[in-house]
Amino acid sequence: MPVNACLDIQKVRGSSLDGLRNSCDAAAGSCLSEASTAPIMAARSALGLHIYISCRQARTLLRCVACDLICVYCVVTELTKNNAMTKIFWSMIALLGAFAIGGIAVLRGEQINSLWIVVAGICIYMLGYRFYSAWIAAKILTIDATRMTPAERNNNGRDFVPTNKWIVFGHHFAAIAGPGPLIGPTLAVQFGYLPGALWILVGAVVTGCVQDMMVLFISMRRNGRSLGQMARDELGPVGGYAAMIGTLMIMIILIAVLGLVVVNAMKHSPWATFTVVMTLPIAVLIGFYLRNIRPGRVLEASLIGVSLLLAAVVGGGALHAYPAVFNAFDFNGLPLAWGIIAYGLVAAVLPVWLLLAPRDYLSTFLKLGTIGLLMIAVIVVHPVLKMPAITQFVDGTGPVFAGKVFPFLFITIACGVISGFHSLVASGTTPKLLTSESDIRLVGYGSMALESCVAVAALIAAALLDPGVYFAINSPAGIVGALPVDAVAKISNDWHFPVTVDQMQALATQMGETTLFARTGGAPSLAVGMASILSSAFGQGLLAVWYHFAIMFEAVFILTTLDAGTRVGRFMLQDFLGHVWKPMSDTSWYPSILISSTLIVAGWGYFLYIGVIDPNGGVNILWPLFGIANQMLAAIALCVVTGILVKQGKLKFAWVTAVPLAWLAIVTSTAAFEKIFSTQPRIGFLAAANAMTDKLAAGTLPAAQIAVAPQLIFNQRLDAVLAGFFTVLLWVIILDTVRVCWRASSGASVLPCSETAYVARAN
Amino acid sequence: MSLVTRWFRNVLKQLRHISGDDAYERYMQHHQHCHGAQTLLDRRAFYLAEQQRKWNGIKRCC
Repeated sequence: MPVNACLDIQKVRGSSLDGLRNSCDAAAGSCLSEASTAPIMAARSALGLHIYISCRQARTLLRCVACDLICVYCVVTELTKNNAMTKIFWSMIALLGAFAIGGIAVLRGEQINSLWIVVAGICIYMLGYRFYSAWIAAKILTIDATRMTPAERNNNGRDFVPTNKWIVFGHHFAAIAGPGPLIGPTLAVQFGYLPGALWILVGAVVTGCVQDMMVLFISMRRNGRSLGQMARDELGPVGGYAAMIGTLMIMIILIAVLGLVVVNAMKHSPWATFTVVMTLPIAVLIGFYLRNIRPGRVLEASLIGVSLLLAAVVGGGALHAYPAVFNAFDFNGLPLAWGIIAYGLVAAVLPVWLLLAPRDYLSTFLKLGTIGLLMIAVIVVHPVLKMPAITQFVDGTGPVFAGKVFPFLFITIACGVISGFHSLVASGTTPKLLTSESDIRLVGYGSMALESCVAVAALIAAALLDPGVYFAINSPAGIVGALPVDAVAKISNDWHFPVTVDQMQALATQMGETTLFARTGGAPSLAVGMASILSSAFGQGLLAVWYHFAIMFEAVFILTTLDAGTRVGRFMLQDFLGHVWKPMSDTSWYPSILISSTLIVAGWGYFLYIGVIDPNGGVNILWPLFGIANQMLAAIALCVVTGILVKQGKLKFAWVTAVPLAWLAIVTSTAAFEKIFSTQPRIGFLAAANAMTDKLAAGTLPAAQIAVAPQLIFNQRLDAVLAGFFTVLLWVIILDTVRVCWRASSGASVLPCSETAYVARAN
Repeated sequence: MSLVTRWFRNVLKQLRHISGDDAYERYMQHHQHCHGAQTLLDRRAFYLAEQQRKWNGIKRCC
């Protein structure tokens, strides 16, 4: 039948558009249902049709892109059934990837199309997944599909549940994908698109994906134990404590920087503030719905919630008609920061069903949907990148954050390439769901590769903006001046990225904002980029709605991370304080909950507060600190894995994790060293503290800054101590790992392997 | 049943599964299958207990 379907398609070419569309769908359908050579023909016809239809009417484009994807999938599965064809197919992918990367690296002096990066990315991720992850799984981890997984052994219908691998993939991807891979690349575009693109493409397949897969594996072999527990079991108490303290610290810095991103996105933007505020009652409503009205009916509740959120986004725009209400949502940074701190405190002690859980359902829906839309839109629109390949700011004078491309690029783009935080998710929930050991390739390596694709999409969304516009949005007032005229003069004349006040004003009006100058933090420029891509793919003229949708989408999952992080931090602190005084470890005892929550919120609240009052924009301080902390945690995870490999007698394969570990150690240590000791005030914490002390003593500070200067000086010194502490912690665990590895390879006694014993699967 | 209906039902089933909409059904099924007659939680108690369990660890990332 499918063969006939294909022939039919050939015939209807040129007939009515509806006929074409139906045939297109039929071809895709037969592709999926039949496994023969027919799908290839069907696919070819559909591809031909797609080109034809897209020429005739742009509106059907999307439908045919979906159709094409199915057809490409069919062709691939068909080809890979045949050995010789497989080789040809993968050789072609390798050639195409090499060609695309070569193109990106060589094309100069003209604006390149983002399709080059997309194609290079797809090829690299496919090759990495097909060959590197398979090699690691087979040779190093020697995964054993006959071995029972924790899910099968301990199946309790709740946390240990054997689950279909694609569903675990979905859950794991939803857990690891957060605002990090969207914001990091957006900030790093100040170096030009090339450094970021190369680091994301190459870094992910050899570092991040490997880390995620390996940690998932070792945790799966240990009944889903957490990273901290595994560090203690395999390396010893030093490693265990380092992992625990590192996790707590990163949590605090992460929440502070994410809070800052939200504050900067809502500052003097009544529409955005209204939308973000509305997410709270909507989440509470859904919480009640899921608890009292229709318990556990997640799907319908999410649909209702997401519709309400979309209504809130559109409704925010309608507020322009009511100036009194509109102005009531117009805030400075500081009140917003206090609002978020108060909110964090309340949210941490509220029961999870009321706010955290329902909002997470909504944010997961939005996240997967929007990321999907964004990636489709990037492919469909494939915009030209207006940002140069490399800008002058690789020399370290960048306005978005200070520091040279090495090492600062590698700590700025953390989450989209390698993120220590992922190792916390990969050890814990996910390994308890795996049905077969062989699923770790898809779940561990695959979902990180997809996360990296999100980073590529974010990079493209930022690089498609006019460079002048990008810098006008992302440069803090402390660098370019508070007045639009000054900012424009600096960016156009000194940096040679032309932009005008009128152009920025027109853009702000299009986006439904009063101004877009100095909207640091990455979220607004990402939202502008996303809005322009999404609106050209799915509906021109809705720019303002798309912009605020993007802001709301980022804010929703940032707030979820904020709540969830505060909660986890609270549990860790309670556990820790329990060693000092037993009752504190009772996680349901209210005094303990209040004290520990207040301590955690005070921790991140402090950094958020300082970040908001800092005239240079706290992003310059907080994002590098977060990057250092995140990469440090990744290094700890890689230490644990490397230690385990060596203990299991796999020293000759240890480079797979040791090389990424060495790279992270170099990058993190160099960055921390520069952040502490650099003599340039914008980079070095101590230099900044000293420079400000001198200015304060000489009386050259503006009046507004004199009041906050002592706080800023103290904060710079505290940050220096913190960066130093991270570095010491990192090297303590690296040396501890080296000790364990050396003892293991020289035959001395080490802690026994904590892997669970082999149990054969039933079938 | 036509191909489209079957496909649609399958998608809905997977969607319920991935979103956790059918968690309670799976819980009931698991318990009836493995542990026989036992006092089981009702839908609401199960939902609340699950939320409490889920949000005790690191579930969301940067």
